[in-house]
Amino acid sequence: MKKLFTRNALITLILMAVSFVVVEVLIQANIITAYYQITLATICINIIMAVSLNLVTGFTGQFSLGHAGFMSIGAYTCGIITVANPTVGGFLTGIVMGAVLAALAGIIIGIPTLRLKGDYLAIATLGFAEIIRIIVQTLDITGGAAGLNGVPKFTNWPWFWFFTVLTIILVNNFIHSSHGRACIAIREDEIAAEAMGINTTKYKVMAFAVGAFFAGIGGALYASTFFFLKPATFGFLKSIDYLVIVVLGGMGSITGSVVAGIFLAVVNTVLAEFTAVRMIIYAALLVVVMIFRPQGLMGSKEITFKLLQKKPQSNKQE
Amino acid sequence: MQQIVNGISLGSIYALIALGYTMVYGIIKLINFAHGDIYMIGAYTGFAVVTYTNLGFFPALIIAMIACSALGVVTEKVAYKPLRSASRIAVLITAIGVSLLMEYVMMFFVTADVRSYPDVLSNASFEIGGVIIKMQQIYILITTVLLMVFLQYIVHRTKVGKAMRAVSIDRDAAELMGIKVDQTISYTFAIGSALAGAAGVLVGIYYNSINPLMGIMPGLKAFVAAVLGGIGSIPGAMIGGMSIGVIENMVSGYGGSLIKDAVVFAILIIVLLVKPSGILGKNTREKV
Repeated sequence: MKKLFTRNALITLILMAVSFVVVEVLIQANIITAYYQITLATICINIIMAVSLNLVTGFTGQFSLGHAGFMSIGAYTCGIITVANPTVGGFLTGIVMGAVLAALAGIIIGIPTLRLKGDYLAIATLGFAEIIRIIVQTLDITGGAAGLNGVPKFTNWPWFWFFTVLTIILVNNFIHSSHGRACIAIREDEIAAEAMGINTTKYKVMAFAVGAFFAGIGGALYASTFFFLKPATFGFLKSIDYLVIVVLGGMGSITGSVVAGIFLAVVNTVLAEFTAVRMIIYAALLVVVMIFRPQGLMGSKEITFKLLQKKPQSNKQE
Repeated sequence: MQQIVNGISLGSIYALIALGYTMVYGIIKLINFAHGDIYMIGAYTGFAVVTYTNLGFFPALIIAMIACSALGVVTEKVAYKPLRSASRIAVLITAIGVSLLMEYVMMFFVTADVRSYPDVLSNASFEIGGVIIKMQQIYILITTVLLMVFLQYIVHRTKVGKAMRAVSIDRDAAELMGIKVDQTISYTFAIGSALAGAAGVLVGIYYNSINPLMGIMPGLKAFVAAVLGGIGSIPGAMIGGMSIGVIENMVSGYGGSLIKDAVVFAILIIVLLVKPSGILGKNTREKV
């Protein structure tokens, strides 16, 4: 606690406040119009999803292809609750419930599957995400395959800002705690980590649950922003979307995920009319990055304030 | 019974795709996500041949197989070979990227529309003891069995096959013995992709419709089949494919067509948890 107000923490706080105020002023001045606010929402959801997936895949080294599954749990929970109780209180309950349920699902799915490694794990998580999607599709409460319509919109920039910052700070703190170091040890060498007395299953499940928790928040925000949910949205391709962000930004780099999340959301907006081209670019990007820079653009480096002090950059929503 | 018959013909298609997964996994330990899309491209090649050149079924099948094996080899050379020494996650992500690339490049060129296959095999069907069997199903089964016998011959009786088996057991030792590892891997991709191409043509004929995203689900299910049968094992892939096909048809036959995909994935997870080596797989122990 001594170090709570170090210079870096102060700069972080100031930057966060500045990012909030600047965007808020731009919205008030109508420079960021309603159309671009959607992009803003996508950026924030991207960041939340990518940072949480990075915790699982980048830091703990457990390759998950099922992140959209957790997102859909959060989205549907929040959607159902806010449809029944369209107040701010209902929305908050929805977010919390969505996140908690997603985390629970993460634990339930994590305990059996995290015994698997590498590509088997990837397929198993993919399988679970598909099962979640199919369950959602068959239930009545979720509107079945037709989807859930008319989720009231509560999200605006302060909400997004709050949850994005919350996710980044909490995940960052998690990684720099002893739990986080255990997770990184598992990524580096699972057998060695186990030999050093780390309860690998516990930490893997923990990382998975925390990742799922934030994915639930991301899903809840998604539900409230786009007010229409259908099971097909949260398929395999959605998981890939976030994986691309993590990979592009660098597995094991939170700032990398943030930058890549912003970048891809902007690319998405620019290419909104050309879906096929967008996906080709995505796919080609993925292959090229993997061939020439398998550790991602940032590797596991972070943009720190030391860098900022050398060459000042525009604020990156840190 | 009807479900079993339908299941076997669907299952033999899964088995053909699963063989490609199993062979590639056996040799370079990679889940080739793009495999399902090679199968899709096989279906389109077959479609193009049949529609535009009016050749019959067998020329279409063979052209599709050749095209797919070329594509498989190119993919391997361009995308996977530079990553031989990279981490497995990196290779897996590349495979996903290649898969998406194929899907959307195809979507760009042929549009996302569903196309229907021309009838190249007779639509006739006959009944044995209340079970309707279509001629097409018989063709599918015969083609599959022939291809599998051929594959068994290649793997167990030829030099290439011997090299493949050697590389899959121990790549370094195989290289020391003078086996050209890269070439062998290319052969594996060529053969696996050719089988996927054949499966694509068969599926196009059987279901009579193709689209650029058709490869995702069968690809995943074929992978499940490969895992169920024991990854790396060729007879295992056949058994796994048939079982998945029959189970899937049984589930949808008894009113669960909505959940049939969920059942397949549930099987995958159960197999992975209970016996990750599959029905015919070898147990491997992890060494430090």
